[in-house]
Amino acid sequence: MTDAEMQIDELKREDAETREFLTFMLAGEEYGVDILRVQEIKGWDSVTNIPNTPDYIRGVINLRGTIVPIIDMRLRFKLEPLEYGPTTVVIVLKVEKNSEFVRTMGVVVDAVSDVHDVPANQVKASPDFGTTVDTDFVKGLATVGEKMVIVLDIDYMLNSQELASLDEVME
Amino acid sequence: MSIDISQFLQTFFEESFEGLDIMESELLNLNVGSADKETINTIFRAAHSIKGGSGTFGLSSVADYTHVLETLLDEMRDGKRDVTQQSVDVMLQSVDVLREMLNALQDNLDLDHDRIASSHKQLTDLLSSDTSLPAASSTDSNAPKDSDTQEENSSGGWIINFSPYPDMMKTGNDPVRIIRELEELGNLTIELNDEKVPSLDELEPESCYLSWKLTLHADVPIDAVQDVFSWVDDECELQINEIIISDGYSGPDRRAPESTGKARKAASKEQTSIRVGIDKVDDLINMVGELVITQSMLHQLHDVEEFNQNTLERLQDGLAQLEQHTRELQENVMRIRMMPISFAFQRFPRLVRDLSNQFGKNIELKLTGEQTELDKTVMEKIGDPLVHLVRNSLDHGIEMPEIRAEAGKPETGTIELNAFHRGGNIIIEIKDDGAGLNTQKILQKAKENGLVKEGDTITTEQVNDLIFQPGFSTADVVSDVSGRGVGMDVVRRNIRALNGSVEVVSTPGVGSVFTIRLPITLAILDGQLVRVGKETYVIPLISIIESLQVKNEFVNAVTGSAEVYKLRDEYIPILRLYEIFDVEPDTKNLSAGMLVIVESEGQKLAIFVDELLSQQQVVIKSLETNFRKIDGLSGATILGDGTVALIADIVGVYELYQKKIVPSELKVIHDGGVAA
Repeated sequence: MTDAEMQIDELKREDAETREFLTFMLAGEEYGVDILRVQEIKGWDSVTNIPNTPDYIRGVINLRGTIVPIIDMRLRFKLEPLEYGPTTVVIVLKVEKNSEFVRTMGVVVDAVSDVHDVPANQVKASPDFGTTVDTDFVKGLATVGEKMVIVLDIDYMLNSQELASLDEVME
Repeated sequence: MSIDISQFLQTFFEESFEGLDIMESELLNLNVGSADKETINTIFRAAHSIKGGSGTFGLSSVADYTHVLETLLDEMRDGKRDVTQQSVDVMLQSVDVLREMLNALQDNLDLDHDRIASSHKQLTDLLSSDTSLPAASSTDSNAPKDSDTQEENSSGGWIINFSPYPDMMKTGNDPVRIIRELEELGNLTIELNDEKVPSLDELEPESCYLSWKLTLHADVPIDAVQDVFSWVDDECELQINEIIISDGYSGPDRRAPESTGKARKAASKEQTSIRVGIDKVDDLINMVGELVITQSMLHQLHDVEEFNQNTLERLQDGLAQLEQHTRELQENVMRIRMMPISFAFQRFPRLVRDLSNQFGKNIELKLTGEQTELDKTVMEKIGDPLVHLVRNSLDHGIEMPEIRAEAGKPETGTIELNAFHRGGNIIIEIKDDGAGLNTQKILQKAKENGLVKEGDTITTEQVNDLIFQPGFSTADVVSDVSGRGVGMDVVRRNIRALNGSVEVVSTPGVGSVFTIRLPITLAILDGQLVRVGKETYVIPLISIIESLQVKNEFVNAVTGSAEVYKLRDEYIPILRLYEIFDVEPDTKNLSAGMLVIVESEGQKLAIFVDELLSQQQVVIKSLETNFRKIDGLSGATILGDGTVALIADIVGVYELYQKKIVPSELKVIHDGGVAA
């Protein structure tokens, strides 16, 4: 059983109830994150660059006195970069690790789309694309009406080595 | 109605640790023979409150233990008992034991029952002995005397580590029977070790997976104990050790510093509290009151229909007041975190006393500037590096009394700890009048380790600085105190982590001075804002020597890739910040920008930036809270316009520069070789 399948299993066991996802657009696809993890949504504003970091780390912003790093999702997923426009937003997420809050991070996306109620059993495991596609970030695929929503594992994605201190990763 | 008293437990622990610190320092002050009654009273009161508190919280082990100590002190207080060297030693040891007990209880760890029991026994022995006996042995208490006392009391006992081999039971021997037999010899404490017991499906019922630690408190010869095990001699691992009662100095001094160190680490995870003098709180309340008045003054202007000259003046007044009050409030808030450095210094009298006994050296410790205040966080983190430096001076610095006499120095060596403020920093000096650093030996070791190449010209200061390199030790004999070569580099790293620096100045035959320079607080930094392209960076003002405009004739290229700037008699490597931080600058032409000359740990650097902006105090924000450590940066701050500026870490920037631009050659060159 893959990790993703186990997680979905967990989801099913936990509750047969629905979960709410905030969805956003990225290069024409709709992605979803657990709405309880969304701290706020704000417009794109300039950032302070951090030297010697991967290009998808856009920099840091001042969020009411705390320094919050901003990740560009297009660059993170190795998609074509898009010039930031009026719909470009930063979704500020609360990242957890072992069910404990560890840090706040912002992600830049093309646009915020919708909030969906999705029954937990509607989230299917993503097919195995082999090693060619990096699907570690994908928790599962959900069907909402006719559309497919890609449910992201933000904890996995935002706890990766480039984003957290090395010793935390080693734990 | 029931009250949840567990919420007070943390307070109890803190107060008890404070009490123990008091007891320790007062015990060290106690004059044997003619003890000051007030001193004994202070010690007694501290012991009494620990006993009372532990009783309230149901920590009976602590309460019982302290009770004996208290009784002993009570007799001394009433003059029924003389204060002897032996009793002081025993009590100092019991302070250690109590501290360990409290630490263990705080962290929910198991108590070291053997140690408690043996120390408890020593106290009761002391209590039951009549006063003339300890007086006889009060002159000195070194090893042979101790074994005498042991024979007189002749009541040690045995610690038996008994680990049967798995198949012992197959030969018809039963550990239970053996333990019962031991119990007949005397009072037996049993500790079971069940680590090796496998899970149920792997468990073989006929095998023995258990082992025991048995403590027999009985005055029996070792033969009697061995007899019990005679049947299973070759079917188990058996260790029988005597419980030493008066184990003199070696026991407490090796264990105490280590265990306190560990406890400190564990405690740092917990939420700590701080005690603040009521005057500081009153000041704050006053300040806030003023601030409210200023606010209401400004608020009046809110309702003004139209601005005229008069209202504008009032607005300006109000804003000026607001600025002043905000600054004062900030200063007062910072003061809350400030504590006198005596909290860090107070463990040294004990440490020096114990270690100098261990080494057979005569050492006097002088403490000055104990009232110098610094941030609580800095204080907590500077403790261990300080201990290391003091131990180092004690072990390597101060010579043995005979050698000192030969060199015409007083036999008693001196270690001085001095703390004072200088230019927004706190300086701590550790000074000894010992032999000084042996530059010849350091250089030789450095050449062996490949840190220095043959033929390199390096100055004495640079040689001395080599002791801070990882894995560097010149000690001929590795002692348990120092000489393993892990140490000075850790000291430097820990101090760097606090944005501080450590340097050494040494004169052979006269002594060495280690100077630690620390920021008073970790929360605020005096910074020089500089601009490179669109980015603003903060350079700590403490590391800046001067800023200057470039004169092209003083710029020299070295091996094509590196540049040096001739400033008076020195050649300083030029480090272009835009290359290090990979940003687009306004100009790459040196004469169009500015050079900021900085110094860090004896290394001067010329940092090239586009423009100097203002100097200001900045509040340090950690990048690690939501992100991770970035090389070359020590944090970030928020500027007046709400944008984020990054704070440069000079040491880190220099390391990046070495990695990025220069292969190893330049290192040698600016070490002095090019000065032709």
